[in-house]
Amino acid sequence: MRYVIIGNSIASCGCIEGIRKVDLENEIVVISNEPYHVYSRPLISYWLSKKISDDKIYYRPKNYYEKYKVKPILGVKVERVDFEKKKVYLENGEEISYDKLLIATGGKPFIPNIPGLNKKNVFTFIKFDDVKEIDKVICDGMRAIVVGGGLSGLKAAEALTKRGCDVTVVELADRILGSILDNEGAKLVQEELENHGIKFILKNSVIEIIGDDKVEKVRLQSLEEIPADLVVFSIGVVPNVDIFKDTQLKINRGILVNERMETNIQDVYAAGDVVSAFDMILGENRVIPILPNAYIQGEIAGLNMAGEKTKYDGGFPINSIGFFDIHMMTGGLVNPIDGCEILKRLEEEKKIYRKIYIKEGKILGFMFINSFDRTGMIVDLMRNKVDVSNFKDRLLLDNFGFLDLPKETRKEKIWRS
Amino acid sequence: MIIETKDKTKRRIYPKEEVCIGCHLCEVYCVLAHSGTKDLIKAFKKKDKPTPKVIVEEKEGYYITFALQCRHCDDPLCTKACITGAMHRDDKTGIVVCDEDKCVGCWSCILVCPYGAIRRGENKKVASKCDLCLDAGEPACVQNCPNSALEIVEA
Ligand SMILES: Cc1cc2nc3c(=O)[nH]c(=O)nc-3n(C[C@H](O)[C@H](O)[C@H](O)COP(=O)(O)OP(=O)(O)OC[C@H]3O[C@@H](n4cnc5c(N)ncnc54)[C@H](O)[C@@H]3O)c2cc1C
Ligand code: SF4
Ligand code: SF4
Repeated sequence: MRYVIIGNSIASCGCIEGIRKVDLENEIVVISNEPYHVYSRPLISYWLSKKISDDKIYYRPKNYYEKYKVKPILGVKVERVDFEKKKVYLENGEEISYDKLLIATGGKPFIPNIPGLNKKNVFTFIKFDDVKEIDKVICDGMRAIVVGGGLSGLKAAEALTKRGCDVTVVELADRILGSILDNEGAKLVQEELENHGIKFILKNSVIEIIGDDKVEKVRLQSLEEIPADLVVFSIGVVPNVDIFKDTQLKINRGILVNERMETNIQDVYAAGDVVSAFDMILGENRVIPILPNAYIQGEIAGLNMAGEKTKYDGGFPINSIGFFDIHMMTGGLVNPIDGCEILKRLEEEKKIYRKIYIKEGKILGFMFINSFDRTGMIVDLMRNKVDVSNFKDRLLLDNFGFLDLPKETRKEKIWRS
Repeated sequence: MIIETKDKTKRRIYPKEEVCIGCHLCEVYCVLAHSGTKDLIKAFKKKDKPTPKVIVEEKEGYYITFALQCRHCDDPLCTKACITGAMHRDDKTGIVVCDEDKCVGCWSCILVCPYGAIRRGENKKVASKCDLCLDAGEPACVQNCPNSALEIVEA
C-alpha cells in the first residue's frame, strides 16, 4: 500500500497528518517541483520585507518527513498521471505507482498575455523563488509597479515599500481588495497605504511592458506610460490543473470533489487551492484559495485515504490580513444579497469598521477593520448557523464576547469540549 | 516517535459564572506565572510584561463575569489555520501552545478560535493563549482564585 501526494504545501501536510492519525505504517511519497522543505506561501512577503529570516519560512520542523515517515521527492515535476494504471510519471523519467493519490497542486498565478512579459525584472508573487528573485534585484528607490490590488498584490506592495521601493498599484476594479471589502472598507485601507507612500491607479490595467532588455516603463489601458524598474503581477491565482487537461478528471475551474474530498476517479483525492469544494454559505461548490481550507481539506482527504470515513462540512472564505498599522478580518459574503439585513458601524477617525450581513437570523458575512478581537466566535456562529436575531446589535461591539450570547447558548458553548 | 493526537491533554479549565466576582486576580497571577520572575511588582514593571492568557469578561450593565481560557480542543482550529506552524500541539504534554519565536502576529488563529480564547500580545506582537501553566505544574489562575470560580477538570 502506497500513498502518493502531488504537491508539498499546506494541503499536503494536512493529508500527511490525517493519514498518520490512523496509519503509522504504510509508505507516503510526496512529490513537488519546488526544491524546498515545506514552507508557507503567506510568509513570502514577510521574508521579502525582512521581518523573518530564512529559517522561519518553513511550515514544519526540519525533522518533519522523518517523524511522519514520508519520502519526499523535491524539485521534480509530475508530468502526467495514468489513472488506469495508477501511476505517476515524473519529468526525470521515474514512474511511481500509487494505491491512493492526493492531488494538491494548489494555484498558479494568472498572468495576462501582454507584450513584453519576457523582459527582465517582471515577476509573479506566489512562491519562495519569486521573492528570492525579487530580492536579488531590488534596491532603494526602485520604482515598482504592482499589477493587482488584491490580498497578495497589496502584501507585495507593502513588502516592496518596506524595502525602500516607490510603489504604484494598478487595479482594474474601482476599489482595492474587492474580494474581501466593500467600498467604505476599501477606502479606509487605501488611505492607510497611501499614508505610507503607496500610489494607486484604479480602473486601469497594464497592457504592455516596454524596455530593451529590462523593464523601463509600462503602458496602461488609458495609454498613459509610467516609468518602472520592476513589475510584479499579482492579479489572482487559478487552480493548477494543467497536467490533468485531457484526462477524465472532472474539473470546473477547480477539481470537483465530494464531501470525502474524492474526485470522480476512484482512489484519487484532491484538496486545497486546486479544488472546487462545498461553500456552506452559497450552498454550492467553488474554489476558495485560503490556507485554513487547504489544511482542513487535506486532513479530511488523508483520513479518508487511510480508511477513516469522515466528511468535510464545507467552508467559506475567511481572511485575517494587515498592512502597516491597519488590520482586518473578513468572512463569507462581501456584497449583500436580496433580503439580507445590513448592520454597520463606521468610526472614520479611528479607522474602525464593522459590518455584518444577516438573513433569516443567520450571519452570512462580516467585515471588521481594526476591531476584530474575538472574531473566531463570529465565524463559529456562522459555521453552526446559529440564529443571532436576539443579540444581533451586540455583534457590532468591539468587545463582543460570551456575555453577549443568551445564557443558554453561552453555557452550551463554554461547557462543550 | 510520537505523532500528534496520540497524547492530547484531557485537562480543561472551566469557569463557574455564578461564583466569579470579577476581581481579575486570575489575570494578575497569569501574568506573574508567565513573567519569568516570582515577584509580583517586578513582573508588572517589566517592559515585556506578558499579556494575561485568561480573559475575564465583564460588561457595564452586566453583573456576570467569568474567566475563559483555551479549551485545548481535541480537534483545534487554531493549529490548522496558523500560517507559520507556530500554533501546535506540544508532543510531550499534548497541550496546544504557541511558539512565540515562530509566530508573526497574523491573527489567523484569532479568526478561527470558537472560544475567542487567544489574545493579541500587548508588548510582543504574538498570539497569547493559555498553556495550562506548562512549566509550573498547576495553573496559576485556578490556584489563586479567591472564590474557587475556576476549576480544573480531567475529562
Ligand atoms: C503571497 C501570498 C499570501 C497569502 N496569504 C494568505 C493568508 O494570509 N491567509 C490565507 O488563508 N491564505 C493565504 N494565501 C493562500 C495560501 O497560501 C494558499 O491557500 C495555500 O498555500 C494553499 O495550499 P495548497 O497546498 O493547496 O497549494 P500550494 O500552496 O499552491 O502548493 C502547491 C504545490 O504543488 C506543487 N505542484 C504543482 N503542480 C505540480 C506538479 N505538476 N508536479 C509537482 N509539484 C507540483 C507546487 O509547486 C506547490 O509547491 C496566500 C498566498 C500567497 C501567494
Ligand atoms: S486556542 Fe481556541 S481553537 Fe485553539 S485549542 Fe484553544 S480553544 Fe481550541
Ligand atoms: S498569530 Fe501567530 S500563532 Fe496565530 S496564526 Fe498567526 S503565526 Fe500562527
